[in-house]
Amino acid sequence: MKSASTSPIIQVAIRGLMPVIQLVALYVFFHGHYSPGGGFQGGVLLAVSVMLGRLALGMDMSQVVFRTGIAVGLSALGVLIYASTGLAALLAGGEFLNYAFLPIPGLDPPGLRNLGILLIEAGVTVGVMMALIAIYDEIVDSRGEASATATPEPEARRMEDVRKPREKGVDPGPEGPERTPVAP
Amino acid sequence: MEFCSNLLAGAFMVGGVFFMLVGSIGILRMPDFFTRAHAAGKIDTLGIMLFIAGMIVYEGLTLVSAKLALVSIFVALTSPVATHQMTRRALAYGLKPWVRPGDETAEAEEPHALGD
Repeated sequence: MKSASTSPIIQVAIRGLMPVIQLVALYVFFHGHYSPGGGFQGGVLLAVSVMLGRLALGMDMSQVVFRTGIAVGLSALGVLIYASTGLAALLAGGEFLNYAFLPIPGLDPPGLRNLGILLIEAGVTVGVMMALIAIYDEIVDSRGEASATATPEPEARRMEDVRKPREKGVDPGPEGPERTPVAP
Repeated sequence: MEFCSNLLAGAFMVGGVFFMLVGSIGILRMPDFFTRAHAAGKIDTLGIMLFIAGMIVYEGLTLVSAKLALVSIFVALTSPVATHQMTRRALAYGLKPWVRPGDETAEAEEPHALGD
C-alpha cells in the first residue's frame, strides 16, 4: 500500500480517473441545490480521488497530489467555515445558521439563503474530504510501522523500477506477513 | 418512429439481461476465483453497458442521455481495471489458478510471482 502498484494498467487507469472523479465531485457539490448530492458526497468523491492515487501510485508519488500532514488542519478549516457562517448569522441578529440574517450587503433573503447554504456545503466538503484523507493516511502510517519490523520496506521501489519484474519467492507485499496465503 | 426506438431500447435491455444472466451463472458455476472474476468483470461490464445503451436509445438526444453515455464510459474504464487488480492481488497472495484435474503440465507450472 505504501509502494506503487507494479501494474501499468492500474497506474494509467488511476491517473486518468483521478481528475475525472474530481470533476464529478465538483459537479455533485455545485448541483446539490437541484439534485441529489451536496457537500458530503462531493467531499467523499474528492477524498476518494486522492486515496486512489495513494493506492495506485504509492505514498511517495501521490504526495505531489496531496501532501500527508496538511489534511488535519484543513479539516479544521472546513469546520471553521461552517461554524463561522452560523455565528455570523447569530451575531447579525438571527438564530445560529439562519442564513437570511447573514451580514452581506446587496442581497435579499432568498439570495442570502442560497449563498449561506453554499458556504455551509463548502465547509462540509472541505471537512469531509480532509478528515477522510487524514484517517486513511493515519491507518497507512500505523500499518507501515507494524509491518516494518517483519518486512523491511525497500527504499528503491519507486517509480523507476516499477516495470522491473520481481524475482520469485519475494515477500508478497507490504501486507504479506499479516495474512496467510489462501490454499487453492 | 417512437415505436422503433422503443423496440431498439427493449432489444438492448434484453441483451443486457442476457449477459447479466450469463455472468451470474458463471459466478455460480465457475471452478475458482480467477474464472469467477472473469465472468463477473467482463460480462457485467457488457451487461451494464447494454442496459445504459438501451436507456440512451429510449431517452433520445437529451442531457440525460449524455450523462448516461458518460456513465457508460466510466463503467467501461473502471470495471475491468478493478477486476484486473483483484486477480493480481489474489495471484500475489499465492492463490493458484484452477487447472483441469490430471493435467500435469499445467499443474507443474509455477504461477508468476507478482508483487504490488
